[in-house]
Amino acid sequence: MAIVTAPAPAPPRVPPPPRATRRGRKVRDNLTGHAFLIGAVLCFALFMWYPMIRGVVMSFQRTRRGQTTWVGWDNYSRIIADPSFWTAWRNTLLFTVVALVAGYVVPFLVAILLNEFRHAQGYLRALVYLPVMLPPASALFLFKFYAYDPSDAGLFNAVLSALHLPTSQWMQSPAMTIPAMVLASTWMNMGSAVLIYLAALQNIPGELYEAAELDGAGLWRRIIHVTIPQTRLILALLAMLQVVATMQLFIEPLILANGAGTQDSATSVAYLIYQHGFFQNDLNGAAALGVLMLVVLAGFSAVYVRLTARQD
Amino acid sequence: MSVPQYRKVAAVALAAGLGLSLAACSTKSDDPGADAGGKVTITVDCQPVGAEKDLLKNWNSDVAAFQRENPDITIKSVSVGQQCNNPPDFTARLAGGTMTDVFYGYMTDLQQVLDSGRAMDITPYATTENVPTWDSIDPALKEVFTDGGKVYGIPVKNYSMGLVYNRTLFAKAGLDADRPPKTWAEVRTAAKKIAAAGPGVAGYAEYSAGNTGGWHFTAELYSQGGQVLTEDGRRADFNNPMGRQVLQNLKDMRYTDDSMGSRQLLQWGDLLTSAAAGKVGMFIGAPDTTQAIVSQFKGRYQDWAVAPLPGQDGPAKATLGGGEGYFFKKDLTPEQVRAGLKWIAYEKLTVGKGQFDYVRAKPQNYPVGLPQPLLFAPGSQAQRQEIELRKANANVPVENFALFEANQLPIKGEPRNAQAIYAVLDAAMSGVLTDPKADIGALLATAEKKVNQLLASGS
Repeated sequence: MAIVTAPAPAPPRVPPPPRATRRGRKVRDNLTGHAFLIGAVLCFALFMWYPMIRGVVMSFQRTRRGQTTWVGWDNYSRIIADPSFWTAWRNTLLFTVVALVAGYVVPFLVAILLNEFRHAQGYLRALVYLPVMLPPASALFLFKFYAYDPSDAGLFNAVLSALHLPTSQWMQSPAMTIPAMVLASTWMNMGSAVLIYLAALQNIPGELYEAAELDGAGLWRRIIHVTIPQTRLILALLAMLQVVATMQLFIEPLILANGAGTQDSATSVAYLIYQHGFFQNDLNGAAALGVLMLVVLAGFSAVYVRLTARQD
Repeated sequence: MSVPQYRKVAAVALAAGLGLSLAACSTKSDDPGADAGGKVTITVDCQPVGAEKDLLKNWNSDVAAFQRENPDITIKSVSVGQQCNNPPDFTARLAGGTMTDVFYGYMTDLQQVLDSGRAMDITPYATTENVPTWDSIDPALKEVFTDGGKVYGIPVKNYSMGLVYNRTLFAKAGLDADRPPKTWAEVRTAAKKIAAAGPGVAGYAEYSAGNTGGWHFTAELYSQGGQVLTEDGRRADFNNPMGRQVLQNLKDMRYTDDSMGSRQLLQWGDLLTSAAAGKVGMFIGAPDTTQAIVSQFKGRYQDWAVAPLPGQDGPAKATLGGGEGYFFKKDLTPEQVRAGLKWIAYEKLTVGKGQFDYVRAKPQNYPVGLPQPLLFAPGSQAQRQEIELRKANANVPVENFALFEANQLPIKGEPRNAQAIYAVLDAAMSGVLTDPKADIGALLATAEKKVNQLLASGS
């Protein structure tokens, strides 16, 4: 017997929503998104991209008597011939390297230390973060007039004297200028890095440490074999941010060293841009120097992207 | 509308928005400055800031009085804080084209203003018809604002440098405040005595940062009879015995005598703050420095006196001078230029009005009796009137400035490319003031090389 099965009744045909309505909803949804996007894009365009493009254009022009002419690479060769050009790059790179070592290692160690505390961690975190909340200019003025006073009345010199150690001229000594700027800068900015490290440390599964301890690993080996590998991406990111931020060294020379410092020991590339643009009436030269700096920083960023991509 | 189409719309909106925003940023105005009733409007800067209550009150009452006298002119005052004595701010406004119609500038700013292409040639308008005291203004000052025979600015203030000293500290150190040092050797002796008389006091203080060190090096080089650049302005001319002597004087005071205090790398405000606190015996500066010490840094006029700039073995060979004036924005209508000139004439160049309203300034404790501005030519009618009015209303101890006024030195202006050169010379100044082993010859040779490189590259 043939089994006759009645065909299942077709589901009632629900008419699809009119295309216009669906599209209309999509448009409406997109409209909100695009409205937000346009605002953001406009802000970026006006305050980031346009000045950047304008800066690049200006770096190939020269304005004299109101006439702007294209001068090719002339501004670049002129800026490279500036007697302070290499001094500024040397100082900036030296500051970046020293600041990277201090501003990288110290916050990491502080974060590890904080992570070990079981009690009062919140208070300690706030304490470490406190300097970040101080306006940078105020913090630097504190260092300039209170800590780095070259007389024996200065805070650091008073401490050194009490310990029977030789005092320093601080910002008035060319040899001390960069270390003193790094010290102040690290103190001011360390809090943010500590909090980021701390967050990364607290995300490391406890079992890894337990396993390491069972294997007989001490604190140092736990740091080497668990902590560092587990936080390597954050370490790489902060290293990159640190390089980009420290290479734009400006406010420290401006406030601590009144600009160039003793015998140009504090002149940074960013300060040189300011000097050219606003004191020497050489906006085109300043633009060329700015473009050179942009290229160098973009180079660092590219290296970072390459390295982190490989790690992943 | 498909998504790609939508993107197109967004892109168009973005481009249009950007275009509109940039257009809004533009300072170009279609307002010709005159309305249908023939009334002319001009914007002017340097309106005192709100904290300067008396000065602001004076300014506003001057504007009101001027407008009553000139009912066809409307003055719009603009104040942006430190705009009138802050070179970076000035440069930014000039570059952005956001200056007022009539705008303030230093005497050294002419080339920068011309390079910007934003200044107007006001030669046909700079006459006694628009500026009644025009013929009384020192021709040398007019020359500073003239280029290629064309007048681009109106001078309104002029200064020259001398030795500013603290009479109270002189007395404390057993020195005769009525017989201040005349030579650098005497400055050195006095500085030693002043420093020895009080802890934390610098007998003599000097700048070495923020381009002010180079500025003072220049003044001290002029006192030796030297010049920063050769006559043709093509090469540095300070690496010579005169330049070495300037630095040697300072190094001797700093390290052999220990009479300059321990804090160096000073710039303008740093030195004046210490001076107002009674911690500086002497420094070089213009008479109006004392005004800054009193009004900005809370010092006292009776403490301060000014003498001529010291020379190496006798009177100084010359002193550094400078000053300020007003430029006119390009494309103003002739009516606006005339209105601007009338305002400048009223506020800055008329004896008894504006900056010369000594009768009003006296009770306000605004200084009257300082020997500057030296604006009018010696012997001119305006100069005679100004001196007479000043003496009748003096509220500062004028005898403290008598030596300076009675011994006018030849005034030399600042070198071409002044700020860039000063920045280079800061390093030489900071070198001798912070390093006991500083090699003066090497410092000057390095600075010379740098300045020559700057000049060669056309910066």
